Amino acid sequence: MARMAGRRALLAVPVLLTVTFAVFAVAAASPFDPVKAYTGSAGLTASQENLDQIRANLGVDQPLVTRWWDWLTSALTGDLGDSSVMRQPVADVIAERIGWSALLALTAFALAIVLGTTLGVLAARRRGGLLDRCVSSLAYTLEAAPAFWLGLLAIWFFALELGVLPAGGLTDTASDTVTAGQVASHLVLPAAVLGVSQLPWFFLYVRQGVGDALDEDPVRGARARGLAERTVLLGHALRSGMLPMLTLIGSRVPELITGALLIETVFSWPGIAAATVQAATSVDFPLLAALTVLATAAVLLGNLLSDLLYGLADPRVGFDG
Amino acid sequence: MTGRSIRAAVATAMAAALTFGAAACSNPGGGAAGSGAKDSAVVGIAYEPDSLSPLLGYGKDGNSKIFDGLLAFDEDMTLRPALAADLPEVSADRLTYTYKLRKGVKFSDGAPFSAKDVVFTYRTVLDKKTNNASRTELDAVKDVRAEGDDTVVFTLKYPYAAFAQRTVLPIAPEHIAGRQDVNTGPFTTKPIGTGPYILTGWSKGEKISFKANPHYWGGAPAVKKFTMAIIKDDDVRATRLRAGDLDGAILPPNLAKGFEGEQGRKTYRATTYDYRTVTLPTHNEVAGDPAVRRALDIAVDRQAMVDSILDGAGKPAYGPVPTGSEWFTDGTERRHDLAGAKKILDEAGWKPGKDGIRAKNGVRAAFPLWYLTGDKLRQDHALAYASDAKKAGIDITTKAGTWEVIEPRMKHDAVLAGGGAPGDPDFDQYLLLNSALAGDGFNNMAWYDNPAVDKALDTGRRSDEKATRKAAYDTVQRELVKNPGYTFLTHIDHLYVVNDTWDGLATQVEPHDHGLASGPWWNVEDWTPKK
Repeated sequence: MARMAGRRALLAVPVLLTVTFAVFAVAAASPFDPVKAYTGSAGLTASQENLDQIRANLGVDQPLVTRWWDWLTSALTGDLGDSSVMRQPVADVIAERIGWSALLALTAFALAIVLGTTLGVLAARRRGGLLDRCVSSLAYTLEAAPAFWLGLLAIWFFALELGVLPAGGLTDTASDTVTAGQVASHLVLPAAVLGVSQLPWFFLYVRQGVGDALDEDPVRGARARGLAERTVLLGHALRSGMLPMLTLIGSRVPELITGALLIETVFSWPGIAAATVQAATSVDFPLLAALTVLATAAVLLGNLLSDLLYGLADPRVGFDG
Repeated sequence: MTGRSIRAAVATAMAAALTFGAAACSNPGGGAAGSGAKDSAVVGIAYEPDSLSPLLGYGKDGNSKIFDGLLAFDEDMTLRPALAADLPEVSADRLTYTYKLRKGVKFSDGAPFSAKDVVFTYRTVLDKKTNNASRTELDAVKDVRAEGDDTVVFTLKYPYAAFAQRTVLPIAPEHIAGRQDVNTGPFTTKPIGTGPYILTGWSKGEKISFKANPHYWGGAPAVKKFTMAIIKDDDVRATRLRAGDLDGAILPPNLAKGFEGEQGRKTYRATTYDYRTVTLPTHNEVAGDPAVRRALDIAVDRQAMVDSILDGAGKPAYGPVPTGSEWFTDGTERRHDLAGAKKILDEAGWKPGKDGIRAKNGVRAAFPLWYLTGDKLRQDHALAYASDAKKAGIDITTKAGTWEVIEPRMKHDAVLAGGGAPGDPDFDQYLLLNSALAGDGFNNMAWYDNPAVDKALDTGRRSDEKATRKAAYDTVQRELVKNPGYTFLTHIDHLYVVNDTWDGLATQVEPHDHGLASGPWWNVEDWTPKK
């Protein structure tokens, strides 16, 4: 198990290197000019000399490979560089925002897993029943619905029509202290929308897994021995039905990250997403590279985690290699 | 790991998630919407600064809330002393400006303000290592030095009439900003100044919040809490204003109309220097012909643009100086005169072809006109301009692009540009029309080259006599009638809807950029609650 984790970590190095280089290459090839993004409207009255000087100060007049190598070597010493669009060190940008993104993503993830599992078990128990039919068709619809569309719909309904939940932001507009109560109320809509957009996969996997398990011999045996339905369902069927879920948890991580990007933008949630979008449109190399590394690492970790969990839960599945 | 421990782990995770969910649901609706209290105000703005450091350009035109300049503009854009105790003393050759500083002023961290902070601020802005895109505005400065704690002396390279207007630049504290990276240090997002407000939070893309500076040298503001919500979308801003989440907001004319005559709300209309113009590049063989330029100048129906595109919230523009300004030259207004335009073209040898488009010596009277992608206002202006030009027999193709696409084409293609800076007539005109700045960045985008204008601009910039300056800018505006390098279309009013709960609201003449400094909240520190 430790060997598997170690081997994966080693493999992550070339992956991350390739990804960062690709980010620099794509950004350099983009038609956007970092100096224009940096100076904004002030650049529209600036002299050419002034603009050239800023280009040199930002270091964006260097060739692609030099820039990437400079970034990489200083990143390895712990210096992630300075974000040009945020006018502050990249480490600060990330530190200020990642907590809010993590809170949003974890709440949504927990919501999706809990709700998906519960509904899945209930639906599997009476397959073809009213609940199963309703939830299943809803799940297929949700699977196809883009997260940002759900977000806009939720804002329209809960914030504008009913006026019961805030439409966006981390706290009320008039308040400038961040209190737990305010964050909690502002978290409801984005977390619910993000969670609901992830829900169908968990629901469908659990429903299938538990449903199949209920038909298997051990469960039939347990029933025959007169065990309580609850014990049969949760102790036997759920346990084997949960196995595919473990893989799913890891593989949903990338989807969760991209979903969070859209949700944060829709709800003006001050997380990493807004920074990512800004970094991309302003060709802010250091910030973009650091964020990409983070996202890639999260995906690799997610995959590792699901493989480890699967190995632990089912002794027949070994750890690779 | 055994099955039992997995079950335990799953159970724990579920319990944790449920607690989370319960906590999240415990406070639906959040706090009260908007600010009921009279000592706080929340306003919606459309634009967010990149940085709050004056060293990088924040607040360079005054009204920076957190900071003060040596001087400040009042409601009529007249200079009054701020951190300086008085207006500057100017030497006879007008190359030396001496500012005596106000005594007893402190930064909001308690440290005293002194001449060394002023010197630090100007030297840092002028330093090439500082990423300040507005450095050229201080081009005239040769040196700045402190004499003792309360006197600052500027030496200029050449006499510059508008120099005092530039010293509204906010002053940063040397003891904080001088000890960190000027381009990325914490000061850029957590600034400290001498101003009427202290920054309490800046959540990028969401809001900027301030609290009143109780020790402000100008007296503690009555509005104790002030929040600027950053809402890029016009419709969302209007909705949140209606929902009571905001006390005031900038709105486009069509949305502001919805609040007209509503009880408890007032609409403020700020006149501006914010112009929209079409560059007519000298290097284009059609647009560069003075006859074509003059014809286009009278073929456009400016009033129709004001009425239809701006919903009446604006004025026809005949140059960078708005018609309401004291610097405007009466008699240079151009009447819409399509017949006159056709006559000019006929006389210059531009004969109509079969398709109605004119031609001269085999050159078709046609050129492209670029506008910024996604800018509805510029698009509308460009389309109206092209349609007016067509009636006179000139074929203008409108094209949308980003600045990256437009910039390399500016020498030969026309561009729907915008700009405008009040304060001094030199600010706009020198950069727009001086032939020495042709093609220098975004300065003089039309490559305008007129020796008479160059000379007048120089006189206007160097002279101190108001009459001489007025005469010089009159010359510029008359030359623009004879040979317009641009077709100026409109000056755009900015509209603000504000809850009627305070006294002391007014608007300044505003620049092109309507950032934090503009709007009725330019002097929020002077507002008082209505009795």
